[in-house]
Amino acid sequence: MMEKITFGQLQEELFHEKMENGLQVYILPKAGFNKTYATFTTKYGSIDNHFKPLDSDEFIKVPDGIAHFLEHKLFEKEDGDVFQQFSKQGASANAFTSFTRTAYLFSSTTDFEKNLTTLIDFVQEPYFSEKTVEKEKGIIGQEINMYDDNPDWRLYFGCIENMFHNHPVKIDIAGTVESIANITKDMLYTCYETFYHPSNMLLFVVGPVDPGHTMSLIRDNQNGKDYKEQAEIGRNFEAEPASVAKKNQILRMNVQTPKVMLGIKASDVNLAGEAMLRAELTVNVLLEVLFGKSSDFYEELYSEGFIDQSFSYDYTQEQGFGFALIGGDSARPEELADQLKQILAKAKAGEGITDQTVARTIKKKIGSFLRSLNSPEYIANQFTRYAFNDMDLFDVVPALEQITSQDVKMAANKLIDEERITVCQVLPK
Amino acid sequence: MAIASEILKARPGYKLHIVKTEKYKTNTLVFKMKAPLCADTVTLRSLLPYVLQSTTERHPTSTELRSYLDELYGASLYVDVSKKGEYHIISFTMEIANEKFLSDPTPLLAKGFELLTDVIFHPKTEGDAFDSNTVQKEKRSLKQRIQSIYDDKMRYSAKRLVEEMCKDEPYALEQTGNQEDLEKITPGSLYEYYIKALAEDEIDLYIIGDVDEAEAESLADKYISLHERQPEKIKPVQKKVENENEVIEKQDVKQGKLNIGYRTNVVYGEEDYYALQLFNGIFGGFSHSKLFINVREKASLAYYAASRIESHKGLLMVMSGIENKNYGQAIDIIREQMEEMKKGKFTEEELSQTKAVVKNQILETVDVARGLVEVLYHNVVSGTSIPLDEWLERTEKTTKEQVVNVAQKIECDTIYFLTGTEVQE
Repeated sequence: MMEKITFGQLQEELFHEKMENGLQVYILPKAGFNKTYATFTTKYGSIDNHFKPLDSDEFIKVPDGIAHFLEHKLFEKEDGDVFQQFSKQGASANAFTSFTRTAYLFSSTTDFEKNLTTLIDFVQEPYFSEKTVEKEKGIIGQEINMYDDNPDWRLYFGCIENMFHNHPVKIDIAGTVESIANITKDMLYTCYETFYHPSNMLLFVVGPVDPGHTMSLIRDNQNGKDYKEQAEIGRNFEAEPASVAKKNQILRMNVQTPKVMLGIKASDVNLAGEAMLRAELTVNVLLEVLFGKSSDFYEELYSEGFIDQSFSYDYTQEQGFGFALIGGDSARPEELADQLKQILAKAKAGEGITDQTVARTIKKKIGSFLRSLNSPEYIANQFTRYAFNDMDLFDVVPALEQITSQDVKMAANKLIDEERITVCQVLPK
Repeated sequence: MAIASEILKARPGYKLHIVKTEKYKTNTLVFKMKAPLCADTVTLRSLLPYVLQSTTERHPTSTELRSYLDELYGASLYVDVSKKGEYHIISFTMEIANEKFLSDPTPLLAKGFELLTDVIFHPKTEGDAFDSNTVQKEKRSLKQRIQSIYDDKMRYSAKRLVEEMCKDEPYALEQTGNQEDLEKITPGSLYEYYIKALAEDEIDLYIIGDVDEAEAESLADKYISLHERQPEKIKPVQKKVENENEVIEKQDVKQGKLNIGYRTNVVYGEEDYYALQLFNGIFGGFSHSKLFINVREKASLAYYAASRIESHKGLLMVMSGIENKNYGQAIDIIREQMEEMKKGKFTEEELSQTKAVVKNQILETVDVARGLVEVLYHNVVSGTSIPLDEWLERTEKTTKEQVVNVAQKIECDTIYFLTGTEVQE
């Protein structure tokens, strides 16, 4: 049955139902918007490359980049590609593959119901052929080349590569030209059948819709399809040492401005639910306190010419891995890395983290969260990510309000460790 | 149905635009300054907003200013410099939470307004000059931003195409300015230019959100005091194509970047503009377009193959990332698609599909406060006043014949290719 969840302060209502085949469906009505946005997401990303296929007891390893390849190929049907269908219905469709998820989405301002049905049906009715699989290798090959020429992407992945010994998060999401050469139609079906069962998926709709009517449309659609119950998916991840695999890496590229990224590998990565939400938000507050534009360090680093506006920081945590990344363009990359290490070492001892800075940062975070709720894309994508980790996006404000400077100090002490810090640089050739 | 109508109020020296809506959790303020794009001022204008947003009289360090923004529930303040046609536009944007969604009821809009106008009108100065430390660090940062265009090959090749194609036109100027002029800027020369820009630029202020009209007006009157002006109106240079130009540049890159520039001979506000938008949609704007289908899906040559129009200058730009060796084949396919358009070889179905998608794109854009401002601002740039409803209606009424007519006006001007060094010729 459909349940209604109300968020009084935020003035939002969320509707939820778990379908009989296990699909989780959420609908967030948004009055006043023209656009409806829907995402249909499977908990399957680039890291899921070692698993037990459906109805099999043996683990298999699949080529790097296959989740992303599958995402591309799902758009193709026997009678042409689904982009055409969506645009006939005035919608714009897209998809993306991350480390842990593959999401299919559309946005439209007319024909919402047709578009929603198109989305659900195209994801649930694969059509792969040898011929189209071969053709896609050329297209994805160019996507890979495009990223290879992009210094920011190389820096980002170089830094992640430095951190991990075994974990597949270190593998580029699109794979390599060589790895995708091995992908076949049958492999795509194997991955599809294992990971695209409704019980491994979540559908999120946000926009000016009638929740009851939309829910029954989805319910009827799902009841009309024949899904057998599926056991939990067996995924295998090799043990990952706590320390980083490599402390330094320099990539030489055709650039004028050097770039530097410092990575911290997270240690406490087997969390879920509230504990994970708290841990993630606390580290984000910590990074903001240390490196945000209102911090003393930022001002110092900027005034001294170590950083410019490209400077950024981010913390990602999923089940099984997590990392903080800090950096950007710098005319003095080596020195910047040293500065960052010093700041972090001091923060480990609690320096720079005060009641006042933490309180101010939390205010800022609450305001940015509100701003994010203007964006249907943010709501749908983040809600899904949170739900896959048993967290609730709408708990963010109360969770932020509870964070104290003591919590931030403890998080700093836990996160920062010399053994888990690495630096990657992109330098001119 | 009126979609997002603006209330327009003329004030001495600027126009106030208010859009009332309850759909956001924030209120948005956008302050825009527009002047002709010109070599003498391009770098000054590119640097100016960064200096202004860095420090103010009341918040003399960036840390103080940024801390105050945090206190205002993470109000965001950012600046941007862009070119639209041959105008150079500086934008200051502030987004601030609407306190009705917070447990803390302190009114935020007035404070945000005060801070934004502080940034624009009350900088930190030393006599008749900006604070020299602020200028120095922002010069360094801008220098790096100018340099980094080279590192992003997609952006670099787009910029190079425009430089080659519009050689003797103001449009060739990059909105970020250039390093040579940057070196020469002093805190005094920048301040002098700032006073001039405040006195002469065409200025527009947009307020979007759940705001009271009277309150918005009284805030504007309290914090803004400008003098009347006659902003300079220009028409973009329109050049006739005599010879198609081909430019090949070699660099150490894996993927070749192919950028082709066309003259559309149509700008925003003209009768043909709606047909031009549809032309672009059928030709290369979307994933159902001819370029996507033929360059990517059928020939597997590229991951991206798309086109876009520059509404105020009258340009159409095609871009694609391809293997160096496929240069000739890619150009042939793209030319063929253009020929098909000119001959009217597209179906009524493609046209109606494209109408649906173009309308969808406009409606989606105006769901975002900043997108709405950009759409409304087209009228300021072009000196027209086309309401959104009319834009949608005229798109709907456009015929195939009109699209073909527009296609026939389009001329290929320059082909630019950034190719890898290991290419065999």
